[in-house]
Amino acid sequence: MKVIYTDSLVIGGGLAGLRIAIASRQRGYDTIVLSLMPAKRSHSAAAQGGMQASLGASIKGEGDNEEVHFEDTVKGSDWGCDQDVARMFVNTAPKAIRQLTAWGVPWSRVRKGDRQVVINGKKVTITEKGEAHGLITSRDFGGTKKWRTCFTSDGTGHTMLYAMDNKAIELGIPVHERKEAIALIHEDGVCYGAVVRDLVTGELLAYVAKATTIATGGYGRLYAVSTNAVISEGIGTAIALETGVATLGNMEAVQFHPTAIVPVGILTTEGCRGDGGLLLDKEGYRFMPDYEPDKKELASRDVVSRRMTEHMRKGKGVPSRYGDHLWLDITLLGKEHINKNLREVKEICEYFLGIDPVKEYIPVRPTQHYSMGGVRTKPTGESPNLKGLFSAGEAACWDMHGFNRLGGNSVAETVVAGMIVGEYVADHCAATTLNINTKLIEKFVRREENKIMNLLNRDTGENPFELRKEMQDIMMDKVGIFRNGDDLAKAVEELKVLNQRAKNIALRNRIASSNPELVEAIRVPKMIRLAQCVAYGAMLRTESRGAHAREDFPERNDRDWLKRTLTAWPSEDADLPEVAYEELDIMKMEMPPGSRGYGVDNTVHHPDTEKRVARIEEIKTANPDADRFEMQELLNPIEIPEKFKGKNERTGRGFK
Amino acid sequence: MSDQERTLKFHILRYNPQIEGDTPTMKTYEIKEAPGMTIFIALNEIRETYDTSIQFDFICRAGICGSCAMIINGQPDLACRTLTSKFPEGEIKLLPLPGFELIGDLSVNTGKFMRQMSERVESWIHDKYAENVDLCKLEERMDPDTADEIYELERCVECGCCVSACATKRMREGFLGAVGFMRLARYALDPRDKRSDEEFYEIMGDDDGVFGCMTLLGCQDYCPKDLPHQTQIAYLRRRMAMIN
Ligand SMILES: Cc1cc2nc3c(=O)[nH]c(=O)nc-3n(C[C@H](O)[C@H](O)[C@H](O)COP(=O)(O)OP(=O)(O)OC[C@H]3O[C@@H](n4cnc5c(N)ncnc54)[C@H](O)[C@@H]3O)c2cc1C
Ligand code: SF4
Ligand code: SF4
Ligand code: FES
Repeated sequence: MKVIYTDSLVIGGGLAGLRIAIASRQRGYDTIVLSLMPAKRSHSAAAQGGMQASLGASIKGEGDNEEVHFEDTVKGSDWGCDQDVARMFVNTAPKAIRQLTAWGVPWSRVRKGDRQVVINGKKVTITEKGEAHGLITSRDFGGTKKWRTCFTSDGTGHTMLYAMDNKAIELGIPVHERKEAIALIHEDGVCYGAVVRDLVTGELLAYVAKATTIATGGYGRLYAVSTNAVISEGIGTAIALETGVATLGNMEAVQFHPTAIVPVGILTTEGCRGDGGLLLDKEGYRFMPDYEPDKKELASRDVVSRRMTEHMRKGKGVPSRYGDHLWLDITLLGKEHINKNLREVKEICEYFLGIDPVKEYIPVRPTQHYSMGGVRTKPTGESPNLKGLFSAGEAACWDMHGFNRLGGNSVAETVVAGMIVGEYVADHCAATTLNINTKLIEKFVRREENKIMNLLNRDTGENPFELRKEMQDIMMDKVGIFRNGDDLAKAVEELKVLNQRAKNIALRNRIASSNPELVEAIRVPKMIRLAQCVAYGAMLRTESRGAHAREDFPERNDRDWLKRTLTAWPSEDADLPEVAYEELDIMKMEMPPGSRGYGVDNTVHHPDTEKRVARIEEIKTANPDADRFEMQELLNPIEIPEKFKGKNERTGRGFK
Repeated sequence: MSDQERTLKFHILRYNPQIEGDTPTMKTYEIKEAPGMTIFIALNEIRETYDTSIQFDFICRAGICGSCAMIINGQPDLACRTLTSKFPEGEIKLLPLPGFELIGDLSVNTGKFMRQMSERVESWIHDKYAENVDLCKLEERMDPDTADEIYELERCVECGCCVSACATKRMREGFLGAVGFMRLARYALDPRDKRSDEEFYEIMGDDDGVFGCMTLLGCQDYCPKDLPHQTQIAYLRRRMAMIN
C-alpha cells in the first residue's frame, strides 16, 4: 500500500484548488494538488464572461463599492445566502483581482475618451475619464446595479486559470494529474486524507494530510444537457457525502443559464446580453421587456431562464427537431466588437452550428449551468461536522450564492474563497499534528479495493452508462427549471430504484488499469446519490426561491423556508439522504429580506423581518455619523484574516 | 447538416501500453451519423456501444480546454469541435498525437510535457516586488492595447497540435517548440515581467530554442487558436540575434 503524506491535500486543480494550494505553500506548508487531468484544463478555463469586483473604474461602474456588490449578491441569492460570507466575499474581491493582476492576468483596461456601446437595443456613446485610463475595466452583467464584471476580452477564466497555475508552478507545487479521489479517510469526526485511484495504472494510493480540501467543481452532469465540462460530475461532493458525517448544503439549488446553444448545450456567455444582445422569439419579437420592463434581458439568470421557458410554453418558441428554442441576437453589436470581445462565442457558433453570429441569430435555450449547493462549510471553509475537511469553489456551499448566483460571482468566489479559506487551511496545518494509525488508512484502502474487485468479478449486471443516462433523464424531465410535487416525488422514487440497481453493476471490460468503463462504474453510484439529494431536497422545499421554482408553491416563503437544506447519508444501505435544516437568523442580517424587484412580489414574510428593519433603523439613528465601514461593523461584524482587512482604493474617491 | 443518415467508418489506433504484450492495431467501427455530430459525440457512442475500453480525453467539449487534440485524417486538430460532416467520404481515421507519451489509444500525456515547458521557460511574471504589492491600492495601470496584445498571445490552450506538426521537434528531442516560443513572446511583451533580453536569451538562444527553428510553420498551419506563430518566432529571433 502506497501512502503519500503532506500537510495540505487539495483535491481539484481549478481556480479554487490552486489558490488554496498557493496559500498553503506561501505559509510554508507542504501541499499536493490532485486533478483528473492537467490543472490548466479544469473547467474554470471555460468562463468567458468575467469576474465581479467592485473596482468602479469604468464610467458605468462609477459609484460602485462593497455595499452595492453586497446588495446585488444578497438580492441575487433571493436572501438564501449567508450574509457574513457574502460580506467577506465582496470586501475581498477587489484584492483578489488586484493580486491576479500582479500574477499576470491581462485584464482588459479602460481607454479614456468616447466609445460606442449598445444599451437597451440602442447605440449610445459613453465617455471614459482620463484618470481611469489603464485601470481594469468592466462590463454589464445580469442582476447587477453597476457595470462590475471585469474581463479579459473573451477569455477571462482561461487567463485567470493560466495565471494561477503558472503561479503554482513558480512555487513548485506538485499537481498529481490523472488521479481521482474516490473516498475520504476519516474517523471520529476527523478527516485524514483520501483514497485515490491512478486513472492510468489503476493503482490505489492513500494521500494522508492534516487538511484535506475539496475543490472539485460542480455537479452539472447530473443533467443530460449541461453547459458544464464532462468531468463536472460532483465526485468530490459525493465522497464528502459518503463519509456519512459531512453534510451537503442546498443541493436543490441548481441554476439554469438562459443562453446555451441548441442542441449540445455549449454556453454563449452572459456577456452577449451584457454587451447589448437581445432575446427574440419565433416572430423575431423582443419579449423580455414585456415580462421584466426594468431589467429586461439583464434580469437575474434564474428569472430570464424562467421567462424564456414561459414564453416558449405560450407557443412562441422556434420549433426545431431538437424541440423549441429562442434566438439570441448579437448582430447589433457589430463585427468588430464580436471579433474582439465575443470571439469565443463566434468560434462556437462557427464550429458547432455552422453560423456566423455577426449576421445570424443564435439558437438558444435555458440549460443547466451552475451548482449553488455543495459541501456545507463554515465561513472558514471547514466542514462543521468533519474536522480537517475543507471545501472551496463551486464544490462548496460556503454559501454566498444562496439560491441563485450572479454571473461573474463564481470565478470571483473561487479566488476569494481560495485566499480566505487558504489562510484557515494554513492555520489548521499550524495547529495540528498528524496522528494517524496506519490500520485506519489500510481499512479505507481495502474497502475501496474490495468494491473495485467486486465490480471486476461480477459476471452479469447493470450497464453503468445506461444507469447514468436514466439518471440524467430523470433529472432533466422532473427536476428542471420549473418543478412540481408530483414530478419530484416520481423522481425520488425512480432514483431509489436506480440507487439499488447501481449496487449491481457489471463490466464488459474487466481490467483494473486504465479503463473508462470502470471509471464510470465507480462514479455512477455516487452521482445517483447526489441526484437523490437534489431531487429529495427539491421535493421537500415547498416554496420558490431563486433558481428553485415550484409551480405548486410559487411564492417565496420566508416564514417557513428561510433556511438552508442540509443532507447527509449516514447509512450505506439507505435509499434516501437524511435531511435537516439550518435556520438563517434574520435578526443578524445586514440586509433583511425584501423584494428582488421581479414580477409580482408574493413573498410570505417572516415575523422577524419587520423587527430587524426597525432595529436597523434604530442603529442608524443612534449612529448618525457612522461612515459605511463603521455601519457595516455595527450591522454585520465579520471575521476575516488580518491580511485582507484593509480598505480598497478606487479611482476618484481614494479609500472612502 | 444533411438529414440523410450516413454510416460513418471510424478507423482508430488501439494500443494499451498498460497491458503486457498488447500491440498497436487499427480497428474499424461503424456508426450512424447524426446531425451536428462531432468526433466527441461519435467516440462516446463507439465507447458505449462497441468497446468500453477505448481511451480518449475530452473535458470542455467546446474547443476551449485543449484536451482532445488528435490526428484526424492526417491532420492534428481538436476532435471535440470537428464535425463529422466535414468528411464527405464518411471515413475518419484517428491516431494519437505524436510527440507525446502515449497513455493509451487516443490519449496522450500533454500535461507532463506542458508542465516541463512551463518550468523551462519559467512561465510566470518575474518581478521581485510582485509579492509585496499592496492589494488595497489601485492596480498598476496598463495600456489598453498592450493588455489586448498580451491576451492575443495568451490564447494558447496547450493542446500540442503545433508540437505534433513540427519537423524540428521530431529530429531534436530537446527542441522547445512553438508552444514554448509563444509563451516566451507573451512574457517578453508584458511590462510586468522584468526579465532582461539576456535572461530570455539564456532560455532560448540556442539550437534547442529559436535558432533551431526551421520556420516551416507547421505550427502556424495547425494551431487551432490561430496564434501568430510566424510573426512571433521571427520577432523573438530578431530580438535574440541582437544579444550577440
Ligand atoms: C461554460 C461556463 C462558463 C462560465 N462562465 C463564468 C463566468 O463568466 N463568470 C463566472 O464567475 N463564472 C463562470 N462560470 C462558472 C465558473 O467557471 C465555475 O463555477 C468555476 O470556474 C469553478 O471553479 P472550481 O475551481 O470550483 O472548479 P473547476 O474549475 O471545475 O475545477 C475542478 C477541479 O477538480 C478536479 N477534480 C474533480 N473531481 C476530482 C476527483 N474526484 N479527484 C481529483 N480531482 C478532481 C478537476 O480535475 C478540476 O481540476 C462558468 C461556467 C461554465 C460551465
Ligand atoms: S516554424 Fe516549424 S520548426 Fe519552427 S516551431 Fe513552427 S513547426 Fe517547429
Ligand atoms: S500554440 Fe496553438 S497549437 Fe500550440 S499548444 Fe498552443 S493552442 Fe495548441
Ligand atoms: S474537449 Fe476541450 S478542447 Fe476539445
